[in-house]
Amino acid sequence: MPQISQITATYASQIFWLLVTFGLLYFVVGRGMVTRVVANVDAREARIAADLSAAEAARVTADRTEDAWRAATDAARATAQADIAAAKAQASRTSETQLAHADAELTERLAHHEVAIANAKAQAMANLQDIAADAARTLAAKLASVEVSEEVAADAVRRTTVHG
Amino acid sequence: MAAEQGGKIDPMHQFLIEPLFGRHWIVNGYDLSFTNSALWMVITVASLAVFMLGGMKRELVPGRWQAAVEGFTGFVQGMLTSNIGPEGKRFVPYVFSLFMFILFANVLGLLPFGVVPGWHPFTITSHLTVTGVLAIISFSIVLIVGFGRHGFHFFSLFVPHGTPVLMIPLIFVVELLSFLVRPFSLGLRLFVAMTAGHILLKVLAGFVINGINLGVGYAAIITLPSFVLMIGITLLELLVAAIQAYVFALLTSVYLNDAVNLH
Repeated sequence: MPQISQITATYASQIFWLLVTFGLLYFVVGRGMVTRVVANVDAREARIAADLSAAEAARVTADRTEDAWRAATDAARATAQADIAAAKAQASRTSETQLAHADAELTERLAHHEVAIANAKAQAMANLQDIAADAARTLAAKLASVEVSEEVAADAVRRTTVHG
Repeated sequence: MAAEQGGKIDPMHQFLIEPLFGRHWIVNGYDLSFTNSALWMVITVASLAVFMLGGMKRELVPGRWQAAVEGFTGFVQGMLTSNIGPEGKRFVPYVFSLFMFILFANVLGLLPFGVVPGWHPFTITSHLTVTGVLAIISFSIVLIVGFGRHGFHFFSLFVPHGTPVLMIPLIFVVELLSFLVRPFSLGLRLFVAMTAGHILLKVLAGFVINGINLGVGYAAIITLPSFVLMIGITLLELLVAAIQAYVFALLTSVYLNDAVNLH
């Protein structure tokens, strides 16, 4: 087995060249290249993490904006409905007062007209009694040749009218 | 391979270390020759660097290559953070280098470079010297981190919570021994797994070649089943190559967890 039988002759060369090559490997590849590769990987992972957190932040912001928009829309809708209700109430109140005014005016005018009708009726009744008294005087003068005074005729007509 | 002409195939030849260019560099009495082992260390590190370079575009949306590189770094980082916690990220450069070095060395040793004339694949992780040094580096880091963070309080690692007072001396010795055995088990495990797999493959390859040399009849009886078995074992060895690299890195991170968090 040359590993054992040659060892005294070759150990110095083996150790020397191993230290040279492995040292070169450690300092050039291990400390130089690997460090930069690892740094690159770390940078990539950091960037991915940063991108993910940025996306998450953007999502949260979007959610918040949407919530705010929804709240604003709801508030606007509520305000509009309140305005509509107020306008409705206002309109119904106005129409009620107008109706009340018109009603009162109509009632008043009705009352005036009724008074006028009553007056006209009374006047007509009075005229009727005058005409009846005249007619009764004329009838009495023509039929019985009795001269009846106006007052007596009017009184007779009034009594007859009252007793039916 | 090289011993074919002798009619006998030596499954150990693949582990032989030879200086390249036929030259020995002796520095201060130490032989620091650039051997085939050193060459494959250089190839391992170079191919790993090329692999990493392909992932250095650092785009926001990774391409296939960059995704593969980031998959490996993420795998090591995940292993460290799940074993040690957030502090484990400090050890990513070391454990990544360790895991990828062993993984690339294991896999490169299994690739069929032998089809190129004059080339012999060499598995550096099949050498106890290499795995031992890696294990000692891991163990040293554990010791440095442990004593650096906790000082002598680090010794409380050897007395688990809830140990009866009477048992403390015995448990301390047992735990200390199991702690000190760690670098050996770490280094031996990888060395043995790689060596055994490669010997098995080479022995079966020897059966295949010898069966062909013996004639058609023997080829049908020996070569064919051996070759089928080789395919299966090669797939198994690829799995073992990845698992052993993973085990080495995982145990290193478990030991680092002991040093950082002290149970």
